[in-house]
Amino acid sequence: MKLSIIISVFLRDFRKQKKRIALTLLALGWGTISIMLLLGFGEGLQKQMTLNNKGMGENITILWGGRTLIPYKGMGKGRRIHFLPEDAEYLKKRVPEIDLIGGEYSSWGIKLKYGDHIFTNHVVGCTPEYESMRNFIPQNGGRMINALDMKDKRRVAFIGLKLKEKLYGDEDAVGKQVFVNSMPFTVVGVMIDKLQNNSYGGMDEDVFVMPATTFKAMFGNQYLDNIVYRPKNVSENRLVFEKINEALAAKYKFDPNDDEALSDWDTIEGSREFNNIMLGIKIFMGIIGGLTLLIAGVGVSNIMYVSIKERTREIGIKMAMGARKSFIMTQFLLEAMLITFSGGFGGMAISYIMTESFKRIPIDSQVLTFLGRPTISLEIGLIVITILSVMGIFSGLFPAIKAASVNPVESLRYE
Amino acid sequence: MIIEMNNISKVYQTGNVEFAALKEINLKLKRGDFVAIVGPSGSGKSTLMNLIGCLDLPTKGNYLLDGREVKHLSSNELAEVRNKKIGFVFQAFNLLPYATAFENVELPLLFAGVKSKNRKERVHEILEKVGLSDKMENKPTEMSGGEMQRVAIARAMANDPEIILADEPTGNLDSKSGAAIVDLFKELWKSGKTIIVITHDEKIAGQLPRIVKLKDGLIESNGYAN
Ligand SMILES: Nc1ncnc2c1ncn2[C@@H]1O[C@H](COP(=O)(O)OP(=O)(O)O)[C@@H](O)[C@H]1O
Ligand SMILES: [Mg+2]
Repeated sequence: MKLSIIISVFLRDFRKQKKRIALTLLALGWGTISIMLLLGFGEGLQKQMTLNNKGMGENITILWGGRTLIPYKGMGKGRRIHFLPEDAEYLKKRVPEIDLIGGEYSSWGIKLKYGDHIFTNHVVGCTPEYESMRNFIPQNGGRMINALDMKDKRRVAFIGLKLKEKLYGDEDAVGKQVFVNSMPFTVVGVMIDKLQNNSYGGMDEDVFVMPATTFKAMFGNQYLDNIVYRPKNVSENRLVFEKINEALAAKYKFDPNDDEALSDWDTIEGSREFNNIMLGIKIFMGIIGGLTLLIAGVGVSNIMYVSIKERTREIGIKMAMGARKSFIMTQFLLEAMLITFSGGFGGMAISYIMTESFKRIPIDSQVLTFLGRPTISLEIGLIVITILSVMGIFSGLFPAIKAASVNPVESLRYE
Repeated sequence: MIIEMNNISKVYQTGNVEFAALKEINLKLKRGDFVAIVGPSGSGKSTLMNLIGCLDLPTKGNYLLDGREVKHLSSNELAEVRNKKIGFVFQAFNLLPYATAFENVELPLLFAGVKSKNRKERVHEILEKVGLSDKMENKPTEMSGGEMQRVAIARAMANDPEIILADEPTGNLDSKSGAAIVDLFKELWKSGKTIIVITHDEKIAGQLPRIVKLKDGLIESNGYAN
């Protein structure tokens, strides 16, 4: 039998059964909305967290010197490992898999002064590579410290946005002077407003950056506080660390197997773990939403069963008029699918409208910068459509089989 | 012979209780026969009609419909027989309550895969024949019993079947509407159909050329009127 005929009979019958369908549509819509919003919430959370995580820098590792735990070549344990400014260059030569690397000094409690604004603040001396590695990105009209600043040990400063507001208020900061322990510096750039949820040694919005060379000349620090690097290839993060470990072990004479000689914070590894956790959260949310939808699916099945009970005579009549079993089955299957998809698509549309309008509501809250806003992606859409199809088929199949097994003689017996 | 039943039995099973509604009956109908099936309530008339109409299969015996052994037909073949070869008319009309007269008559044509344009023509033609051109868009609830039964006959006729089976078609009608229905069957018979009518009404049975009398699942008498 042609599908077009099945569909035309089905549409005709369907139109006459409106009331029964409304409630199921509601349940399906609700189920779809909850699964969409739960998944969308997970997605929004992940996006926001990823964004926040990137604030400190993407795919970087921060490296500190530690204290040896294993005696090595006649030297006792407990020896401190310190990095020298030239170590960055040294490592870059020894480990070609490094993309960018730079050393960093930092010092707390430094007096900053502009006009009558005086603060004690955190000061960092670093290299131009930090612009890319640590997202020290200047606002328009300014710049980060550059190679020439480094070479000439210029007294220039690149400052965080909050620090700029503390020092200069609404005034333009670029080109202005600031005194660092009574030494005049010129502000060459102000950092853009960025989201950041992890840090080592202070938030970037508070930072005061000067060239590492200037820092060394001014404060006389012999050792770097830490090194930051980024591998060329994200997947080689652990290899790069192993090579760096070996190179430094050779230079500073510690056992390469000494886990305490260096300490590293590998954000690539961190985000891998983070993504796994997020996947877990999404699966969890998906299961909760899926269960809600499953209940709606049982509802569809139930309504189909009731519908068959009420329509046995109709089924019997159709069989007496020469309808094949497959026709009866297809009709009920189609009906279940149509109900499922109408409810499902309705729910999807409502969820989409909800998340889109939520995006447009201008709420500026701490909660949102942490949780993000629910986002519905194509991926979520496809997942939900797949679930709906499987559900539609299953909630229709068993009722359909039952409908096709109706005994026409029984159903037509005159009471 | 269009219908040939040999030693047909039908046993219903309700739980552990078996009940023989038909007991090894033999029945032969020629093409163009017009038969009344009579007998007391519970004698097996409807059971017999369901078997003839391939709506049900016998427990025992052979049934040749137009020379084909019915028990060898597949479920789809049986559906096709019911669709093309047989037209059913019931006491309770059995129209789809939510569908119009047009849609009800259209149903067997849909199952036969007739194209939309031809369906429409055929439904119009046949509803005109039963005198219901003006009730085409009416639902069963908006029609009288006589009108509903005429829609049902039009539906039974849709695919121009050779055999019309009617189970107490006048049982729910007043005598005037009933007479009109009987007249319709007579017309169909004259056009060459084989018609089997179950009836309680002696007056109706008396008008038909052949009467089969059932009692307790057996054929009590079977003969042509003079
Ligand atoms: N599906 C069934 N299950 C059990 N018994 C049935 C069934 N159909 C009919 N019967 C029984 O078979 C007998 C014949 O029924 P039926 O053919 O409907 O009689 P009639 O149409 O002559 O009144 C009755 O006793 C009835 O109760
Ligand atoms: Mg009966």
